[in-house]
Amino acid sequence: MNPLKKFLFELQEITTLIVHAFIGLFKKPYYLVDLVKQMDIIGVGSLPIVLLTGFFTGGVLILQTFPTLAYYGIQNEAGRSVSTSLIRELGPVLSALMVSGRIGSAISAELGSMVVSQQIDAMRALGTDPNRKLVAPRILALVLMLPFLTVAADIFGIIGGGIVASGLFNQSFDTFLTSVRNGITIEDIIGGLIKPLFFGLIIGSISCHKGLSTTGGTVGVGRSTTSAVVLSSIVVIIFDFFLSKAIQTILDVKPI
Amino acid sequence: MLSPQTEEPILTEEIIEEELEPTDLEEAVDNVERAVPAIEFRDVYLAFDDKIILDGVSFTVRRGETKVILGRSGGGKSTTIRLILGLLKPDAGQILIDGEDITDYSEVEMMEVRKKIGMVFQEGALFDSLSVYDNVAYRLHEQRVDEEEVEKEVRRMLKFVDLEDAIDKMPAELSGGMRRRVGIARALVGDPQIVMFDEPTAGLDPPTARTICELAIKLRDLEDVSSIFVTHEMKNVEYLSSEHATVNEEGEVVFEMEGEELCLINTEIIMLREGKIIFSGKDEELLASKNPYIQKFMRGK
Repeated sequence: MNPLKKFLFELQEITTLIVHAFIGLFKKPYYLVDLVKQMDIIGVGSLPIVLLTGFFTGGVLILQTFPTLAYYGIQNEAGRSVSTSLIRELGPVLSALMVSGRIGSAISAELGSMVVSQQIDAMRALGTDPNRKLVAPRILALVLMLPFLTVAADIFGIIGGGIVASGLFNQSFDTFLTSVRNGITIEDIIGGLIKPLFFGLIIGSISCHKGLSTTGGTVGVGRSTTSAVVLSSIVVIIFDFFLSKAIQTILDVKPI
Repeated sequence: MLSPQTEEPILTEEIIEEELEPTDLEEAVDNVERAVPAIEFRDVYLAFDDKIILDGVSFTVRRGETKVILGRSGGGKSTTIRLILGLLKPDAGQILIDGEDITDYSEVEMMEVRKKIGMVFQEGALFDSLSVYDNVAYRLHEQRVDEEEVEKEVRRMLKFVDLEDAIDKMPAELSGGMRRRVGIARALVGDPQIVMFDEPTAGLDPPTARTICELAIKLRDLEDVSSIFVTHEMKNVEYLSSEHATVNEEGEVVFEMEGEELCLINTEIIMLREGKIIFSGKDEELLASKNPYIQKFMRGK
């Protein structure tokens, strides 16, 4: 199969998976328990790594930009610079990449193992649609939890930036926070919350698709796990560019 | 009443109701239903890319019959089972379950058909994250059955496979044979009238393999279940086609050997080779076959 044909085939498979999972959400039986369980694993389970990522990203942003801002005499705008970067871009993307690494790999490995040990076949033989029981709760949990994780990463990033600004550059925390408040617009917040919804869908659908299409035993499980993480990370980054442009146009986001 | 042309008696509905007792009627209806094969393959073809998996396969499984599918690995045995469950679709031909053509059924329609089929997978295919209880109860939990009833049914099934003590264990704590038996218990929940075994004894020691065969014999002779038993082991063929399960005066299940007094007609064998049926018949005919491939297979070569 040539690469273009393969790409189109995979795109078709992923689209079909999303459509089936979406339709399945409205049919009985409802898998609410599975959804809550996945939300716990994805949301609560990923919180520590996302918070750490956000905190240190905010910190390093101030560490790198403060001297430059001070050179131009606008160090009081440090909060604005870090909050805008985090809320518009780094918070959603870094949270998505961390979740892709932690959850995308777990989903793909779990579903892949179920495929090679015939558990998916057994599930179908027992009258359960794996798309509804396994795929839909995972994708929905990712779509619902990633915005919360992003907000948490943003907040901890701003806190991290504030601590570095006050601790290393002797800027008062109040000055930093005032700058943050002045810098954030409602369009930034809306844009920053729309992105993780799409990223959750991307990570969930790619990971589930890679897991369910596993072939070749345990070696195959490793292969699908790797490709799930790599592909979802790349698609998140590519999609981020087009999403940013679309949000800028639709919400009429002004430059800093 | 006589027919003017044939002078044969014609049974109208009124006469049937008058002359036949209700029990006779029930039996008649039951007999008509029994005449319809549980599973029927009509000229089924399947290929993956250039590789032909099934090449014009036709066979029937009657009610209460066990069809043993023999053959080497890659001969299309497991594929046959997957086709019956609708996990794969044939390229050509028809597949009928209880006289119902399921060939073009959608996944949603197949869900209904699968409710009357139990499937025992090669390694058990138990859900790793669920306990033995939850594995066996899976189908009932999905149907939102009352927990009290679920527990009763799970215990009944685990008693059938003699694994009541393992009810709270996780699949990782079970041996290979125990996993297969839990798989059988899970497949039997809901009392399906068709059960399929996909190499259930592969990799098991002889006594455990024998236990699995005994369970299949019990299902056939005591529960009137139609089944397909995929295997490549001749010992399994010997057990299934020469022993009969019955309940003695003490209420215990005993296994009688086929002999002068007993001749088993509810077990047949088909052998697949490269997607084609090369043998279909009783065990005696298989043993007497002059086909060099079959002889080699039976000698384990």
